Amino acid sequence: MNAKHDITLAINGEAYAISVEARRTLADAIREECGQTGTHLGCEHGVCGTCTVIVDGAPVRSCLMFAVQCDGASIRTVEGLADGGEPHPLQRAFMEHHALQCGFCTPGFLMLAVAVLERDPDIGDEDLLDILSSNLCRCTGYANIVKAVRAAAAEMRQC
Amino acid sequence: MAADKTAYLGRSVQRLEDPPLVTGQARFAADINFPNQLHMRMVRSSYAHGEIVSIDTSEAQAMPGVVAIWTAIDIADIGPVDFRADRAAEALKPYRQPVLAKGRVRYVGDPVAAVFAEDPYLAEDAAEAVVIEIEELPVIVSADDPPGEFAAGHGTEAAVMHHGYGDIDAAFANADTVIELDLRTGRHSGVPMETRGAIGRYDAANDILELHGAAKVPHRNQETLVKMLGRDASRMHLHECHVGGGFGIRGELYPEDILVLLAAMRLGRPVKWIEDRQEHLMCANQGREQHHLARVAVDAEGRILGIDDEFFHDQGAYIRTHGSNVANRTMCTITGPYRVPAFRAVCHFRLTNKTPCATYRAPGRYESTFVRERLIDAIAPELGIDPIEVRKRNLIAAAEMPYTIAFDEPHVSDMVLDSGDYAGLLDKAVAAFGWQALKVELARRRADGELVGAGIGMFIEEGGRGPTDGARIAVDINGEVEVITGGASLGQGFETAMAQICAEALGVDYRRVRVIHGHTDLIPYGIGAHATRATVMTGSAVDVAAKMVREIAIDAAAEMLQTPADGLDINDGTVARRNDPAGPAVTLGEIARRLAPDAAKPGQGDPGLAAEGFFTTTDTVFPYGVHLAVVRIDRGTGAVAVERFMVAYDVGRAVNPMMIEGQLVGGCIQGLGGALYEEFVYDEEGQPMAVTLADYLVPTLREAPDIEVLITEDAPSPLNPLGLKSAGEGGINGVGAAIAGAIGEAIGDPGAVRRLPLTPARVMDLLRRADAGSS
Repeated sequence: MNAKHDITLAINGEAYAISVEARRTLADAIREECGQTGTHLGCEHGVCGTCTVIVDGAPVRSCLMFAVQCDGASIRTVEGLADGGEPHPLQRAFMEHHALQCGFCTPGFLMLAVAVLERDPDIGDEDLLDILSSNLCRCTGYANIVKAVRAAAAEMRQC
Repeated sequence: MAADKTAYLGRSVQRLEDPPLVTGQARFAADINFPNQLHMRMVRSSYAHGEIVSIDTSEAQAMPGVVAIWTAIDIADIGPVDFRADRAAEALKPYRQPVLAKGRVRYVGDPVAAVFAEDPYLAEDAAEAVVIEIEELPVIVSADDPPGEFAAGHGTEAAVMHHGYGDIDAAFANADTVIELDLRTGRHSGVPMETRGAIGRYDAANDILELHGAAKVPHRNQETLVKMLGRDASRMHLHECHVGGGFGIRGELYPEDILVLLAAMRLGRPVKWIEDRQEHLMCANQGREQHHLARVAVDAEGRILGIDDEFFHDQGAYIRTHGSNVANRTMCTITGPYRVPAFRAVCHFRLTNKTPCATYRAPGRYESTFVRERLIDAIAPELGIDPIEVRKRNLIAAAEMPYTIAFDEPHVSDMVLDSGDYAGLLDKAVAAFGWQALKVELARRRADGELVGAGIGMFIEEGGRGPTDGARIAVDINGEVEVITGGASLGQGFETAMAQICAEALGVDYRRVRVIHGHTDLIPYGIGAHATRATVMTGSAVDVAAKMVREIAIDAAAEMLQTPADGLDINDGTVARRNDPAGPAVTLGEIARRLAPDAAKPGQGDPGLAAEGFFTTTDTVFPYGVHLAVVRIDRGTGAVAVERFMVAYDVGRAVNPMMIEGQLVGGCIQGLGGALYEEFVYDEEGQPMAVTLADYLVPTLREAPDIEVLITEDAPSPLNPLGLKSAGEGGINGVGAAIAGAIGEAIGDPGAVRRLPLTPARVMDLLRRADAGSS
């Protein structure tokens, strides 16, 4: 069980050659082996969505994947969202619409919304709400998260 | 206009906190690492009550990476986790929680052993190999059950508490009508998205013990830790980092905090502990579970003559840092915003074999509001008076402020309601909600067969209780402002609010104000962030200190500009003549340079452009609110949809309306969770049934209606310079009450709801009973 596997995680375009046990979760590998602590763990059992990252274009719960499953995969985390000093439209919208309070769930919501809007820029509002309801936030009551995602979606469609 | 440039108080400016949080640069407890650190994993009881027969750590001890395993015997010199509130409560001390269970386990999750290992995975492996033999004892799962024995000489009824005033027997003897209700609030809690975390580190070079991951009340916890661990305050420091939500439960001292500190000292390495979600749902403070037998006496016009309430408070397995505070707050706030001539409350404060309880957002008040408003709602149909009218007849009038509620018990502090126009807010809320037309519309829909109804909850909140808080403000030679506070941030926007208050008083852009909080080594006193104190206490201290800095700056500028001080003003960090803003000017940075200790011509006072200010009060501020709800029930499933919800709230003075609205809406959705979905259920053996987020149902956005918010500033507090009250708990307080009323009306029996949460099964049960009653 404790044998280590040499794998490479490509996170935000940078390759991390790491050695991990088969049981090591993707979330732990991203945070500890690769030092990218913007991905947070809220429940470690796949319910809250706080640890959402994008793996090969799909939003996934990084607490429910093993790092070895992502050998060679392209992973995006919240640290890679801004374009240099320029925040991503979703990051800007979250700040403008007060869509965060403690901010712990925010990276997960951002990565979920980015993945969804990139995959389906014209997604209908009901579908959007369904998808956003897969992540939990305990501070905001969600209304401002929805406002922010809608605003960013409109902006991203215009780009 | 120049004046607008520095008018920051009352504006919905963007938060200073946000950039690191949206870019992944924030630092939460789990993000803190120290070289050579160990990881701690708790071994917990899987029984709700039993004698520990044996603990076998031999197999675990031999596992890879394990450095030490501790049980109670290894920390026998350390006492139980001490109270920080209710310090006087000698009688409650036998019920405090030991850091590791001694002899007996009392709830599922009770820490029995701690494993310290090189890696968190290895620590968890080893924890699973620790074998604990427990001989089960009878379990008490309800505060309704007859009390048993907690320990020799101490029953599970830790206290019977009394609050009261007036002639309650006469009130009931003279009553035209008496209404009696049996009411229950369910067990729920804050459940912040970040679990708890604590990192202990001993800095041997300087002989300083550090706790990282502190929250809520770092200074208060420093006091307790100093006592428990026998250290000097100057050698025991707490450090707050980013905190992923608090809601009252995060940041209190728990056994794990003590363990990482002891281990850091005794094992000579930093020790990190991060709670997992299952542990959180079994071990972090829970709240709310009370059973009330309440009655109200009214005259023929529906005026309250007296309220009499006997209740059973389920404290769980131990009494934690708050002592009996939640029960006290329940008793003090049962009468709420109403004139109640006679009052008696008796609380049976009882231990059970469940997770211990303490404060959760609007502690005791969510419960008391549910009880009080259920009673008020029951008066209305009994006397054939409109529920709004019943409230109006009993509300304390604006002209009666300040209004003192004095209890007979000498140890119970008076409640002095500082200011308020309760009826005024009720009128505004009812009008904004379109209540009258709504009631007609709902009646029509009910006639068409829909199960729809509206409900209301009115309440007072309490905040800003002293005693004192300070702030130290310094302007550097570039004009950047640093505010050091003893406050704490749990994500509520503390930094932004403090920066706005400082910016307003000093005359600078709030974005140039850096607010520091949660570090006991930077400021010796601090009130933290609890009981909605932060904006009132720390905010007032910041206001005081900023005005002192302003005065120093203006005096220095007067000399530099050769202008009388009273003709000068500060705008956007620049001092100029009030009547000639474009004329000769000097920046705060230039003044700071002039006042520097090594400047060519130092000022006359202490060097530097800096000041320390304190705000002290013995009083409490009382914001107040009205919650209005419309629900629709699905007849087939009992599911409740909240069609509309309004929070109307008087905050005294709004520092940042956007953030206040955020607090109110977020709190309201938590309240809906506690009213409809969330419940820590235990089986008859005391096994917790809700230990994942799939069982403990935090609302998702599909359960979160758009909350209508009406913020008013009609009754600024006379007790602090800015008129501040507070906003943190007004969103949650009345939710249970309003939802209960709405569901009652929807099923055609206003008094039907006696218990929260109103899960689909309970609503179906209410529907069946209503059908049986009408057939």
